[in-house]
Amino acid sequence: MTTRWNYAPWVFLTPFLGLFGLFAVWPLIHSMVLAMQQTYGPGHSQWVGLHNFKFLLSDPLFWKATANTVKFAVGTLAFQLPIALGLAILLNSPGLKGRALFRLTFFAPSLVGLPFVAMLFAPIFERRTGLLNVMLHNITSAWDPDFAWTQNYIMTALIIASTWMYAGFNMVYFLAALQNVSKELLEAAEIDGAGPWHRFWHITLPEITPVAGFVTLLSIIGSFQLFELSWIMLGDSAGPDNRGLTIVMYLYQTGFQTGDLGYASTIGWVLALILMSVAYIQRRIMKRKED
Amino acid sequence: MTVTQVKRIVEITVYTMLVVFAVITLIPFAHMLAGALKTKFDYAATLFLPAGDGFLGIGWDRITVDNFVRLFTELKISRAMLNSLFLSSVTSSLTVLFCSMGGYALSKLQFKGREAVTMVVLVALIIPGPLLLAPGFKLLYQLGLLNTYTGLILPGLTPAFGVFLFRQAMLNGIPSELLEAARIDGANEARIFFSLVLPLVRPMMGAYLMISFMGTWNNFISPQIILQSPDLQPLSVALNSLKGIYGTDYGLIMAGTIVSIAPVMCIFLLLQREFIAGLTGGAVKG
Repeated sequence: MTTRWNYAPWVFLTPFLGLFGLFAVWPLIHSMVLAMQQTYGPGHSQWVGLHNFKFLLSDPLFWKATANTVKFAVGTLAFQLPIALGLAILLNSPGLKGRALFRLTFFAPSLVGLPFVAMLFAPIFERRTGLLNVMLHNITSAWDPDFAWTQNYIMTALIIASTWMYAGFNMVYFLAALQNVSKELLEAAEIDGAGPWHRFWHITLPEITPVAGFVTLLSIIGSFQLFELSWIMLGDSAGPDNRGLTIVMYLYQTGFQTGDLGYASTIGWVLALILMSVAYIQRRIMKRKED
Repeated sequence: MTVTQVKRIVEITVYTMLVVFAVITLIPFAHMLAGALKTKFDYAATLFLPAGDGFLGIGWDRITVDNFVRLFTELKISRAMLNSLFLSSVTSSLTVLFCSMGGYALSKLQFKGREAVTMVVLVALIIPGPLLLAPGFKLLYQLGLLNTYTGLILPGLTPAFGVFLFRQAMLNGIPSELLEAARIDGANEARIFFSLVLPLVRPMMGAYLMISFMGTWNNFISPQIILQSPDLQPLSVALNSLKGIYGTDYGLIMAGTIVSIAPVMCIFLLLQREFIAGLTGGAVKG
């Protein structure tokens, strides 16, 4: 055994430490300074102290963006997770034929990528000629084909598009969890006379709760970073009356269209705080469940 | 009702629901494919393929690949495609190399400071990407890397998530005795890493190559901010600009979307086995 300094680990870590230090740690530190500045493009800045934070608290646009983002996050959770779980339960039926093909079909939309999902769905939500309005009108003539999805019901439209994209992706997690539920236990319960609902509630559900918690957290974190879907679908804008404005979109507009990287950093820090609180609350809830 | 009858009904319900959901999932794809194969006039007239007197009541003779031809001749989409291909290949292969190197050091090598670096990786996992947009842009400005591929590629090469995944995969997937034996035989660390460690985590490499390739291919916000020259832009940004100009020419945009998502779909179908083996393999062993 040699006692000389072992440099090999540090050689292996050099790319990570170097790039992470330069492109993550340094910007992170710098963003705290930036959050106290007002900038005019990347070249000119002025110290404003805590003014940005004070301004943000009474900034109607920021609150509008937050309200929209929360609406999207809650709607996505309420709409998408039950569908993902339902699909997983259907696919988990014993003796199902064509399981692999169904799974691939449901998973396929998540391969498309957010910018392209936005481009794919923009014409679907169109008034009069859009697929959704025409189909709904064909099903029930009471449906107004002039329904203005991307003008008045932007968040609903975005929730539909994101459910199409991610339900099958989250289904994969639920499916993996369902396949871990003990078959012996389920059979034993069936022999003891427990009905399907009873078995689901008392055996399956507790078993998949941790995965559900994990998927919920990922879904909320993803939802709070909503940008591409909304921005591209609405034609590089926040939509009429800022109905499609999200937190990251406001950050983007502030930093890269108005040119105030300082206030954009402030918005970034508030977003980070929100996400950390969500992660903290989720951990607390899951811990309590385990006890 | 007998038990078999109940079972039959349940079976039929399950298949019906699955088929309904599958159809709903596939409709947007079908709509896009049909839209790309129609003229502007037919797009407004029919929902899917143009109506006519042909087989199945479809006007097969009206189907056209004109939208695709225009994309490649008039609008030079091939340039953006090559850009996307270049950016995604370079980023994903370097990312896999760097993340596997980091993961190896943190899982299989003993050294002072290992816990501290692991902690850094874990903390880095919770940094939200948008927080780094503004200061990252300023840094690239100061380094003179705006509007360059270096500026777009370098910051994304060592995601903490990747280092963490490789660490987890190697922690249990690689027997330490094997590495010890190789060291006693006189193999140096580089040799051990490339000819012993990497082959053992091949499924993980395939999976992460795929994740990173898709992530770069579908990235929009970074190239949008960093690249100003249209010649440098990848498909996501270029197609969105096209949407801004030819917004109502839906067939054209749909053809562009097909061209943009087809490569990723093909790669996934080819690598599907490795992809799933990589993700579930870690879970089973872990």
